[in-house]
Amino acid sequence: MNRKIILLFAMLGLLTAACTSTPGTLKIMTHDSFAISTGVKMAFETQHNITLEFIASGDTGSALNKAILSKGNPIADVFYGVDNTFLSRALDEEIFIAYDSPMLAEIPDFFKLDPQNRALPVDYGDVCLNYDKVFFERQNIAPPGNLEDLLKPEYRGLLVVENPATSSPGLAFLLATIGHFGEDGYLDYWTRLMDNDTLVVNDWETAYYTEFTRSGGTRPVVVSYASSPPFEVIYADPPLDEPPTAAITADESCFRQIEYVGILDGTKNLDLAQKWIDFMLSTTFQEDIPLQMFVFPVNQNADLDETFENYLLVPKDTAFVSPQDIAAKREEWIREWIETVLR
Amino acid sequence: MDRNGVTLKTINRTATSNRLRAPSIKLLLLWLAPLAFLALFYFFPLGSILQVSFARSESGLIAPIQQALASPAFRDVLWFTFWQASLSTFLTLAIGLPGAYLFARYQFPGKSTLRAMSGIAFVLPTLVVAAAFNALLGPQGLVNASLMSVFGLEQPPIMFTHTLYAILLAHVFYNTTIVLRLVGDFWSHLDPKLGQAAQVLGANRWRTLWHVTLPLLSPAIASAAVLTFIFTFTSFGVILVLGGPQFSTLETEIYYQTVSLFNLPLAATLALIQLACTLALTIVYTRLANRLSRPLNLRPVEFTQRRLTAWRQRILAGAYILLLLMLILTPLFALAFRSVSRFERTSTTTARQGYGRPEWGGFTLDYYRELNINRRESLFYAPPTTTIAISLLYASVTVALALLLGTPAAWALARNRESILNRSLDPLLMLPLGTSAVTLGLGFIVALDRPPLDLRASPLLIPLAHTLVAFPFVIRSLTPSLHSISPRVRQAASVMGASPSKVFRHIDLPLVGRALLVAAAFAFTISMGEFGATALIARPEYPTIPIAIYRLITRPGMMNYGQALALSTILMLVTGFGMLAIERFRIADVGEF
Repeated sequence: MNRKIILLFAMLGLLTAACTSTPGTLKIMTHDSFAISTGVKMAFETQHNITLEFIASGDTGSALNKAILSKGNPIADVFYGVDNTFLSRALDEEIFIAYDSPMLAEIPDFFKLDPQNRALPVDYGDVCLNYDKVFFERQNIAPPGNLEDLLKPEYRGLLVVENPATSSPGLAFLLATIGHFGEDGYLDYWTRLMDNDTLVVNDWETAYYTEFTRSGGTRPVVVSYASSPPFEVIYADPPLDEPPTAAITADESCFRQIEYVGILDGTKNLDLAQKWIDFMLSTTFQEDIPLQMFVFPVNQNADLDETFENYLLVPKDTAFVSPQDIAAKREEWIREWIETVLR
Repeated sequence: MDRNGVTLKTINRTATSNRLRAPSIKLLLLWLAPLAFLALFYFFPLGSILQVSFARSESGLIAPIQQALASPAFRDVLWFTFWQASLSTFLTLAIGLPGAYLFARYQFPGKSTLRAMSGIAFVLPTLVVAAAFNALLGPQGLVNASLMSVFGLEQPPIMFTHTLYAILLAHVFYNTTIVLRLVGDFWSHLDPKLGQAAQVLGANRWRTLWHVTLPLLSPAIASAAVLTFIFTFTSFGVILVLGGPQFSTLETEIYYQTVSLFNLPLAATLALIQLACTLALTIVYTRLANRLSRPLNLRPVEFTQRRLTAWRQRILAGAYILLLLMLILTPLFALAFRSVSRFERTSTTTARQGYGRPEWGGFTLDYYRELNINRRESLFYAPPTTTIAISLLYASVTVALALLLGTPAAWALARNRESILNRSLDPLLMLPLGTSAVTLGLGFIVALDRPPLDLRASPLLIPLAHTLVAFPFVIRSLTPSLHSISPRVRQAASVMGASPSKVFRHIDLPLVGRALLVAAAFAFTISMGEFGATALIARPEYPTIPIAIYRLITRPGMMNYGQALALSTILMLVTGFGMLAIERFRIADVGEF
């Protein structure tokens, strides 16, 4: 009986091995927030007469680690989902091969953070403070307008942020303060922010769905995304005419997360992988992004859904920190933040 | 009582002498499949990732460990990890043991439902449980809100969120079912005559409990304690979400070092320290368990259980059930209630008007309806029927695998406790529980990357990973009962000419049938609720229920949140019915055993 089980396993192993090496399959490794409409996927499949296979590999950091540890013998042909906070790790580990896609011409230069085009930008999302409009209307005070405002006494005890060591928007917000106040000034800002009774939680879900006044908590200002207010309308229940929340986008107070795609070194499907990348940067895929993945297209020719036209505030200037600096100093910055904020 | 002690000792001696005659080839054969499985899917991936990690270190293997142990910050983490796990285990036992007694010795209406419901807690995602606890005990929660309005307080009187109490309460919430099941099941087969004999000889109730019942129960209690301890020692979601940023344990540090900083050498160092702690603990446990367990006359439950008749018993039982309901069931009910409720911000002014707090706006089935609609034509959308089917499929494979591999291992352990082979293998079996999901997940990537075993993108990895976690539970559920079967019964059967497989079928199987069901229930719930490993290897077209919940709860908008809670409620129901179905299952025609 026991031998049969082992035999069964060996057979199942062979079976999956046989399936995975079928020609005409392009494999795309992604983080777990990746999504696509059925129609868009089919469009690519019929055009190139192949099958697309998506492999979800956990959150952004975990997925990237998997890609790095399978370098040379990659699980997939393409890896999508590394963002600018992890970009240097991907480039330093040399998991990608360069590809100068013709579609790059349609993408503004400030998204292209890898001059060699090993990693090509696909989408972006701005991490910004959100506030609860109802709260400020009822309290009859003006909502905060930028990062400095949050130090004022009238906004005491109103903010909830996420821990940069455990949360992706938390790290983005820390980077916003570093980009905004500089490496010399951000810790001072955080000291004063904590003096003004700021609450720190570990994850976006707790901040947004438990502590935020919109969901029944006590904090009317939360670190979330510029896209959250329009999604409050799209996914409202009961239906809403306008967002109950708003994003604070003025004065370099947001941090822009840009997500990249790259061809994994060792692929045996180079030609198809390049075609897929062209497709990801084309308007067909780019216009599918917002409602599937809650982030926004980098291709400037892509049209946005009406809800976004009406309710999305895109910050004109965002606080900037380079991927190289993030890679070199991430640990140090987080450690200093922990010393200042949590101890 | 003394005479009883003498008998037990004699039987123990018989067991020891039995070892000398036991053929070790047979023992090896029993171990073959379980060990092959562990070697291939646990030790090989673990060894590979540790090797790859330390190869990236500039200072070798020993220096990082010394550095870690020398750092005060690390020692704080280590100390806190032990401290919270010890407290959690103690509290879980304190709450669970009276329940185990009640479930073991008495029959009362609603018993199996209550038992099934305690298992539901085991499968719920931490984010959802945290939301439920906050809805009850948070600063704006039901309890604080009512206390504030009754006593006219300005500030919420109960500080719960982000305290050690939150961690402890959540651990008790999750793990009480371990004690209820493992100890309760074993207890229900203990012959009450032993206790009655002690009382006839003049021992009072407490002395009987202390000197007779607890020693007899100690193998099962030790099993439950060691599982709870390792589970809470390696707890991840509870520490992060309910504990908050002030708390970190070895497991959360391993995750941070691996995912956030990609410091693989340090992560591997921490993983090794965590494994060493688990191993040390399980070695102590197996020594202890071997000394504690003794052959007993296990009895079918119809001989051991009574109805609740006396008023005093009824009141005590009622009070305990009430406590259990409050602890385990109120968060579940809060979730279910929230999933069928619409919350609106009305213009009415209340005591907390300033916050514009959303008020309850009536019942709705919107969230359940919405779950069935693929509004954005998303490729990875799966209706609840599909996610339920996928979860049940993985769970069935996990139950089958875990039982097929765990039963021979547990049997081998019970046949010959004193053999060197068993004594050295037993502690190793618990190690998968003490291994962090992120370490093992990367291990799979590094190790299982060549045909015929390129499983890196295979859905097969999911039940395999679940089986690794379920395996120690299966072993620990089975061994207390298997150990207790008097070798004389087996010897008698052998003398009469029964083959070893016949002895197993006709002696061991009927006597441990109930324990097998407990083991199956554990494997089932572990698979239904597992998130960490599944997220690393899931095929997005085939999400399990916890994966689908996670997708919804990580998005803004009340419709997404409501759907996440609706799906959590569905997970509770499916798990509850699954547990009831397992309880109804009968093995080897011994009836309600």
